[in-house]
Amino acid sequence: MSEHLTEIVVFAVLFLLVSGMGFVAARWRRPDDLASLDEWGLGGRKFGTWITWFLVGGDLYTAYTFVAVPALLYGAGATGFFALPYTIITYPLIFLVVIRLWSVSHVHGLVTPADFVRARFGSPTLALLIAITGLVATMPYIALQLVGIEAVLKSMGVSGELPLIIAFAILAAYTYQSGLRAPALIAFVKDTLIYIVILVAVIYIPTRLGGMGSIFDAARAKFEATPAPGDGYLLNANNQLQYVTLALGSAMALFLYPHSVTGVLAARNRGVIKRNMSALPAYSLLLGLIALLGYMAIAAGVKPITAGGKADPNTVVPQLFDAMFPDWFTGVAYAAIGIGALVPAAIMSIAAANLFTRNIYKEYIRRDATNAQEAAVSKIASLVVKIGAVLVILLIDPQFSIDLQLIGGVIILQTLPSVGLGLYTRWLHRGGLIAGWTAGMAAGMLMLYNIANPATDHAHFGGSAFPLAKLGLDTKMTIYAGFLALAVNLVVALVGTLIARAAKLAEGADATRPSDYFADEGDPRVHDIQLTGSH
Amino acid sequence: MTTPPSDQRPARSDRSPWNWLLLVPIVIPLITAVYNADEPRLFGLPLFYWAQLAFIILGVASTTIVYQVGKRRNGR
Repeated sequence: MSEHLTEIVVFAVLFLLVSGMGFVAARWRRPDDLASLDEWGLGGRKFGTWITWFLVGGDLYTAYTFVAVPALLYGAGATGFFALPYTIITYPLIFLVVIRLWSVSHVHGLVTPADFVRARFGSPTLALLIAITGLVATMPYIALQLVGIEAVLKSMGVSGELPLIIAFAILAAYTYQSGLRAPALIAFVKDTLIYIVILVAVIYIPTRLGGMGSIFDAARAKFEATPAPGDGYLLNANNQLQYVTLALGSAMALFLYPHSVTGVLAARNRGVIKRNMSALPAYSLLLGLIALLGYMAIAAGVKPITAGGKADPNTVVPQLFDAMFPDWFTGVAYAAIGIGALVPAAIMSIAAANLFTRNIYKEYIRRDATNAQEAAVSKIASLVVKIGAVLVILLIDPQFSIDLQLIGGVIILQTLPSVGLGLYTRWLHRGGLIAGWTAGMAAGMLMLYNIANPATDHAHFGGSAFPLAKLGLDTKMTIYAGFLALAVNLVVALVGTLIARAAKLAEGADATRPSDYFADEGDPRVHDIQLTGSH
Repeated sequence: MTTPPSDQRPARSDRSPWNWLLLVPIVIPLITAVYNADEPRLFGLPLFYWAQLAFIILGVASTTIVYQVGKRRNGR
């Protein structure tokens, strides 16, 4: 342990500094009181371009991404690089969509995607399904942030679960106190550290390893030597469809996650969001460079830490830093990853808490809850969510939470017809949407259940690449399971809508008006209408 | 029932032929045949890697153009 002393000291100092900021954040741009979801859960809905850039960037590009994406390249090669096209496609794809969501949410005081579905389709049942989907998809995501911290702690030789619990308890305390202001303020430090560490890494490490060219040659040699058919430093004939559908499916899913919506809704106006759609790809560049760390680890001959006979691939990047950097800078790099876990974990738990408060508590338990009661319930729910995430990590194999995250992506995609298409049209009937959601969810689970992964010795839930051969097609090609499930969802929603119309089933009331989707800051109607809809 | 009262005409709109530009950075990264190769290399990076990094520029350019054009049209 003593050999890592410098690293531990640097890590601890930076970690404590940032935690202090989290508590102070409650006073930042202080409103008269924090006792409403607009303030606690959305930071006052007043964030400008810069804060939104740091906040959403810190929210979408998580510690887990920084650890797991290079680990994927280290293990499987080119297929892991899908994370780059995924984050390139997502911004132009949702550019016109999220500004509509921002506008309608500000006119009607909406806080969550399920709130929107409630107002748009007048269906508490559909809104509840959307809320539960969001909650289930977010939980393992929070747990995975812990995996990021755990990988760093392991590399510093810190064992045991207590440090992890302490780190999360501190996080829980300042999120409770400061709400969304805490991660917004911490994101500045987190991202600055990450940018510095990665720029140094991609400039310095290749000079130690004989240049970029030889790094790729080492990766190529490694994959050519392995018998596994799916890996390689380029794509092969069978995994290109999977690569493309996974990138597109993930891009469509990204802004359906409740925590992404939270970041977007906290923006001051539409211009802030549009400018960020051009500025956020700076993080994609960072992500692309980080991914290449996986190949640098191959070239440097780094081996993941093995515990209990099982190698933990997530320790590859921390191990690479340890091998390449002087101790003090390794400490900075570890702190960047550790703090990088705190920002998204905070935003995700706030988003999950808001879902619970708005779409379960207020809808089903206490209709007449005041703003202050909503905020109080959300604060407690955010604690419960974090305790749940810690339990997930302590009680079950981390590999299992990675599988849960995979399932999360597939299921959150099933909210696209209600939330994404709903922003444009309410032609789909609420009954059809509920049927589509159910069918898409069932199809997705069935496919995931039938995906085996021999590398991790899993017979089921072994990945997201569904072999088309299982559908009777004579091919070795694979496709992203979420993509197929969404197709099933859409077809059933369409047919269900036609049936519902033919049977003259009641349509829900639409509380929104066409002009609501274009409202902007300064409009008289922004903020002055409360959620109305049929009960 | 389904038609909300429309006492206010849509004062603004997001419609613009320039929006089609957004399709470029969505479609091109999805055509793997364009970039799934080793040669030519750039600074030692195989085409597969540097081409996809370069697509970031496409994304930034198209969203910036659409934003700027929209800002002028709406006069804000």
